[in-house]
Amino acid sequence: MSELKSWRALPLGTVPLKFSTEFKTGDWRTFKPVINQEKCVKCLLCWIYCPEMSIVWDGEKVSVNYDFCKGCGICACECPVKAISMVPER
Amino acid sequence: MAARGTQEIVMGLNGNEAVAWAVKQCNVDVVAAYPITPQTIIVEKFSEFVANGEVNTEFIPVESEHSALSACVGAAAAGARAFTATASQGLALMWEILYIAAGLRLPIVMAVVNRALSAPINIHCDHSDTMGARDSGWVQLYVEDSQEAYDTVIQAFRIAEHPDVLLPVMVNLDGFFLSHTLQDVRILPDEVVKKFVGTRDPIKIKVPYLGGREVPLVLDGETPITLGPLALPDYYFEHKMPQVEAMEKAKEVIKEVDEEYARLSGRKYGNGLTVAYGLDDAEVAVVLLGSAAGTVRYVARELRREGYKVGVLRIRAFRPFPVEDVVEKLSNVKVVCVMDRAISYGACGGPLFMEVRSAFYDSPEKPIILNYIYGLGGRDLPPAVARKIFLELLDIAETGRVKQLINYVGVRE
Repeated sequence: MSELKSWRALPLGTVPLKFSTEFKTGDWRTFKPVINQEKCVKCLLCWIYCPEMSIVWDGEKVSVNYDFCKGCGICACECPVKAISMVPER
Repeated sequence: MAARGTQEIVMGLNGNEAVAWAVKQCNVDVVAAYPITPQTIIVEKFSEFVANGEVNTEFIPVESEHSALSACVGAAAAGARAFTATASQGLALMWEILYIAAGLRLPIVMAVVNRALSAPINIHCDHSDTMGARDSGWVQLYVEDSQEAYDTVIQAFRIAEHPDVLLPVMVNLDGFFLSHTLQDVRILPDEVVKKFVGTRDPIKIKVPYLGGREVPLVLDGETPITLGPLALPDYYFEHKMPQVEAMEKAKEVIKEVDEEYARLSGRKYGNGLTVAYGLDDAEVAVVLLGSAAGTVRYVARELRREGYKVGVLRIRAFRPFPVEDVVEKLSNVKVVCVMDRAISYGACGGPLFMEVRSAFYDSPEKPIILNYIYGLGGRDLPPAVARKIFLELLDIAETGRVKQLINYVGVRE
């Protein structure tokens, strides 16, 4: 952990010291979304519904950013072709 | 009195209208308010100004006080000058957002018409509503009359937006005694107020994740920042310390703003923090907030004519509490009676009493300090009762005997 700063060194107005991307939340997960690329029809409903912006669309295929995915399962629930399954983390 | 370089007009206004007039002249960008009971005529009057095209304010009537203050938080975070008004249950419903507004350092101004809290339903004056909000991090100013309500709202924008302060400010006026009572109110010309309050100029902060770049402390697409996200045990405490510092610095700012305002209006409220009467030689004194100070001072004046050395200290700024000032002004008084228009159930006295009494703990010279709780739910404090209190204090000063520390005055036994 980096050295903790004095309150005088903080920006005013509760502005944080770091980007939220520096706080990885992937380890909160108990279930992990796994995409079956053969079933996926690339409708991007998962991308729309993901509350954490953890569904990545690179123009060709859909993937999951596991650094930030909290495993809520909304993508799996919304997927119209059942291409996403929630697999328990080991 | 300072020379008036300006042409004021005198209008017959009640406290609500006086506040609305002040807001009208302060170039407020956004007013968000819940328009129904317990709302007062403040926003009703202001909405007329909006409807008539007399102001350019965005007026947002919302579905609750929780939403009213939330809308102000959003507006102020985007850099707008925001105002709202409420009373009693409405303030209670704003509860969680009060702390957010203060924590995010948003200079919102809110007029609170002080009214009792349910149950039972009452609507009349006491200070229970704002005393409940005393620890929310808002500056709290209590006014004595409608003229002061007008003047203080104008001052409040300057105090709130001062770079040393950046805290939301509550301007508190007594329900009905002020809010619905007609009084001659001197109104400054629009351009004078406009110049005095200026425009809101957001401060700049250095943002570490933008390479230490200075950006305005507002939500702006050009220089995006995040306000108020998660701060865990390693940082939450640190984020609260600047609020402590700002509240302390607010004391000086309140004084300065009152001083500067006096130069253009000729009206000055003590030193801005407290208003003293007769304390140079007073043996006994009453300390209180709000409109009842007028009655008590009237009685004090009568008693002084009769040869009694009595005084009054009206606390104008309850937050920040002017500890040094209170101790200095009352240190030569023998007996002090602190009058609270609110109860702190189960506490060792009313909220104002606890402040005044603990302010004296470290003083070698301290008066006997009593608590009189009065006027709940709009019960009047007539001059005869104020006179009786003073006479009791004079008796204690002579005998040194205190029968009862905490007294409930004006309630039927």
